[in-house]
Amino acid sequence: MALLLRYLLKTPVFTETLHRDDDLEIEIITRQIDTRARERFGRSLHIREVDAGSCNGCELEISALNSPYYDLERFGMHFVASPRHADCLLVTGPVTRNMADPLKRTYNATPAPKIVVAVGDCAHDCGVFAGGYGVVGPVSAILPVDALVHGCPPEPRAILLGILAALEKHP
Amino acid sequence: MIIDSVGMLDLLLVTLASFGIGALGALIMARSPKLASIVGHGGALLGAIAALMLGLAGLAGGSLQLEFADLLPIGGAVFGMDRLSAFFVMVTAVGAIPAALYAIGYTREYAGKHSLAGMGLAFNVFIAAMILVPLACNVLTFLALWEVMSLASYFLVITEHEREETLQAGWIYFVMTHAGFAALFLGFLLLAHATGTASFSEWSAAAAKLDPSSRNLIFVLLALGFGSKAGAIPLHVWLPRAHPAAPSHISALMSGVMIKLGIYGLVRVAFDWLGVGPIWWGGTMLVVGAVSGVLGVLYALVDGDLKRLLAYSSVENIGIIMLGIGAAMLFQATQLPGLAALALVAAFYHTLNHAVFKSLLFMAAGAVLHATHTRNLEELGGLIRRLPQTAIFFLVGSLAIAALPPFNGFISEWLTFQSLLLSFQISAHTVNLLFALGVAALALTSGLAAACFVRSFGITFLALPRSERAERAREVDWTMRAAMLVLALACVGLGVAPSVILAPLEAAVFALTGAHADMQFSLTAVVANDGFGWVAPLWIALGLVGFLLIIPLGLRVIGANHRRRYYETWGCGRALQTARFEYTAAAFANPFKRVFGLLYRPAKKLDVEFHPESRYFVRAIAYDNQGRLVFEEALYRPLLRLIEALARQARLLQSGSVHGYLVYILIALVALLILAV
Amino acid sequence: MLIEITIEILQLLIVMIGSPLLVGIIRKAKARLQGRRGAGIFQPYVDLRKLFSKEVVVSENTSWIFRFTPYLLVTTMLLSAVIVPVLTTRAALSFMGNIIALMYLFLLGTFFLALAGLDAGSAFGGMGSSREVAIAALAEPTVLIAIFGIALRAGTTSLDGIITRFAVEPLLMLNAGHLLAFIAFFVVALAENGRLPVDNPATHLELTMIHEAMILEYSGRLLALVEWAAAMKLFLFLTLLSNLFFPWGIALANTPSTLFIAGLALAVKLLVFAVAIAFVETSVAKLRLFRVPELLAGSFTIALLAVVTAFFIK
Repeated sequence: MALLLRYLLKTPVFTETLHRDDDLEIEIITRQIDTRARERFGRSLHIREVDAGSCNGCELEISALNSPYYDLERFGMHFVASPRHADCLLVTGPVTRNMADPLKRTYNATPAPKIVVAVGDCAHDCGVFAGGYGVVGPVSAILPVDALVHGCPPEPRAILLGILAALEKHP
Repeated sequence: MIIDSVGMLDLLLVTLASFGIGALGALIMARSPKLASIVGHGGALLGAIAALMLGLAGLAGGSLQLEFADLLPIGGAVFGMDRLSAFFVMVTAVGAIPAALYAIGYTREYAGKHSLAGMGLAFNVFIAAMILVPLACNVLTFLALWEVMSLASYFLVITEHEREETLQAGWIYFVMTHAGFAALFLGFLLLAHATGTASFSEWSAAAAKLDPSSRNLIFVLLALGFGSKAGAIPLHVWLPRAHPAAPSHISALMSGVMIKLGIYGLVRVAFDWLGVGPIWWGGTMLVVGAVSGVLGVLYALVDGDLKRLLAYSSVENIGIIMLGIGAAMLFQATQLPGLAALALVAAFYHTLNHAVFKSLLFMAAGAVLHATHTRNLEELGGLIRRLPQTAIFFLVGSLAIAALPPFNGFISEWLTFQSLLLSFQISAHTVNLLFALGVAALALTSGLAAACFVRSFGITFLALPRSERAERAREVDWTMRAAMLVLALACVGLGVAPSVILAPLEAAVFALTGAHADMQFSLTAVVANDGFGWVAPLWIALGLVGFLLIIPLGLRVIGANHRRRYYETWGCGRALQTARFEYTAAAFANPFKRVFGLLYRPAKKLDVEFHPESRYFVRAIAYDNQGRLVFEEALYRPLLRLIEALARQARLLQSGSVHGYLVYILIALVALLILAV
Repeated sequence: MLIEITIEILQLLIVMIGSPLLVGIIRKAKARLQGRRGAGIFQPYVDLRKLFSKEVVVSENTSWIFRFTPYLLVTTMLLSAVIVPVLTTRAALSFMGNIIALMYLFLLGTFFLALAGLDAGSAFGGMGSSREVAIAALAEPTVLIAIFGIALRAGTTSLDGIITRFAVEPLLMLNAGHLLAFIAFFVVALAENGRLPVDNPATHLELTMIHEAMILEYSGRLLALVEWAAAMKLFLFLTLLSNLFFPWGIALANTPSTLFIAGLALAVKLLVFAVAIAFVETSVAKLRLFRVPELLAGSFTIALLAVVTAFFIK
């Protein structure tokens, strides 16, 4: 117990500051929400991550966002379990046949106003899985996408900047 | 005004006459079931209303004396009413009025299948007997009326005699009630013999002359007899069988009123006939009450039959009432009459409240049964859209029985808690510890009751229907709904303005114990023991309603988004949403089954049927996780086996030869002659 | 009279406005202990503001109970805020109920929340309801026995009376029974508010959820009301813990200076509790659901010991 307490008290804050990097590929596609909603989401965004058939490479990068290094909570963002609680859907992977309908249902279950951020090359144009028999198409074929973060997989920094770009927020 | 001019005796005559007209009228109209029902139940309704006025007049101070010297042996038939009797007459009437109204609509479906004339007769006799039992003032009057009440209820319980389980339930009820009757008979005879009189009013004075061992024996016998009628553990086994088997308005009457007559008997024994008893009397009552409370609600929690769980819940509430009575007995034994009176007020208030909300719950369950023809929780669901008013009535009943403000159950449990907590004024350590455990038991009971009724209401009424029968349900007719509305309003009224009933209750308790209850109450507040605790029910109700109205206004002021969109339930993107995905009643009870596994001793059976060609494919799964009936296995079956063994031995006496029987008669004659000389 | 009403409104406002701040402080403390920066302490306010601006998506399977429950939850919390002595023991409306009435008001909210969990017809909601009522039922005896323990020494069950007695005679608190009752009450506070080790408020795994599972279907302003009610419940429980067991600083008379000191004292005490909860949540793992009854049974035994010591050590 004493060891645990000592460890807890001695742990420093590991969070790195987020730098804007110009060689990261982030595309802004749609504008689903108005300025006021964007301002509100800029300070408090609840994210629901949806794996629409990805290889989980992007998921590993996204889960790093919760770590002390990237710490997305300092931007007011928070991952939630239910789409009813969410403002932003973070979608990865080429949309497979089995996940096309659930993805649409998840989007419909999210209350307006909402944004969609697609992560990874697969979400952009199905990446290496393009043309496969189990794949329906990119995320933009199913949902209106606000921002797209290229990479296979993209860095957690890029994903974070991508979400902020969708809200027109710059660190 | 009416009461003054008409007089108590006249009210009693009107009451009995109405029941008589109801009973005979139902028989006369046997050819037309509809008329038989209306006359029979209408007569009962009028009789019950007259009885209510009689009870209220008695609580206000009116008295009654009636004697028929030659009607019964050993003293004749004597009737008299004091405040305690008046209170129980009132409780009976409060339960009977809605039951009679409800019965008109409910029994419509029995027309053609069962005799509505017979039902009308039995119904009137039953209620009349229940009203006369508290008025009986002498041994044989009491026992005769008690037996009439039991017989009438037996015939009503087995109304649906085409079902095997109903007949079995009726049989068990018959045996248990007569076993209790035997205990009562023995106890009364011993007491009458010891005091030299069969009249109740003379017993309290004569009780001081009794020697302790016979007093204890009489107490145990009478407590067993009245306790089995009340349904205390372990004498409760008839309750969960008889109450579901009976038609719902009869269940309401039995649960709401008849078992309270067991309480009436217990109160008479402990506070009137036997005088102040030793500590262990009150202690035993307290322990039995605590055990009944906790075990009753634990059994209710895991039961899958809507009416049986309500029956177990009655066992729980009897436990709560007995906690109050036990506490009162302990306070009397330790010379704290003010606190004894407080505990008795709490117990009586809970008696009235239970009559009201348990009748309401049974009637609502009966409405569900009427509409869906099933009592099985696993087949119900989604009824809030199909039976919207019944749902609200069941919700009010559930909130009241879970003792939540602003309903009546909250006030009576609060008072019971206060009286148990005030036990610190006693300075005997074992008694203090006993009370502390009583507080813990009451708290556990209360929490579990809330859980039980979340389950009952939630599974029955919310979400989607789990079967076709539930899907096709339609709201029930107006007589049933009107009866439930009356009771629901009573729940709210008694919860918001308890002082209306607390004043007459206090007067009744004063007459019984000779002490004023240690509490003050006004229209808005109830205070226990000069500031040990207080509650203001009217203010709480106003506060709840007030805030409920202010919050939406506040939301409009801050400009909250008011759009609402309907969509499917979130099922993780699954395409199908049927009733099969809902939580089941058994699943809801699972945490309790695991935590209290020692009590339930669940016997889990899991049968998996695989596809014949491959063990990787499952065709069907059968899961059964019933609790075992602990008391029946541990207590009653061995007892029954013992009785059977004794009976087999006794059969040896039945030699079949006339000479042998003549020898028996000779032996008996000689023995009696020797004893007489 | 007017002064008392103003103070009552002040208490109400403190609970209403202070509760998200309390949650924010706990989250910030947890973040720091985990070695990250975390959101600001005012983040819950921003979250609530955003939720109020979102639309409400309601399941087709639900009934009026689903939409009614958030309003009832906030109502019971606001009514409790009026009864609990936050700043002063002489509030206008604290006569409405004693501590037993308060526990039943909380149970009223839990009852309806459990019903709302069942209403949508989802398995997660039913599971959350079942677990929540099981824990609430098992925590009840502990609470009431702990109350018995402190009421024995204070001679009353009214909140004002208990606090006044302990504030005036602090030596009454100097015994083992008081400490034991405090420990038992603290465990119950963790259990009732869905905090580790009973329930993880930040979990995403539905099978480990208790409170969160019941609110999975809520969105928009209804979700905001439910979250706010949960924050107020935590605030009220911690206020009760602070003022019943450590009544230093609470106002016994209604003058501006005593009220100001009471406010400061409350802030300090709540800050200590918030950091303590953050420590507890960071150090322990969530208990397996079927071990929670063991924890509650343990706290019940501690509360019973508190009562026994009150009887035997006078």
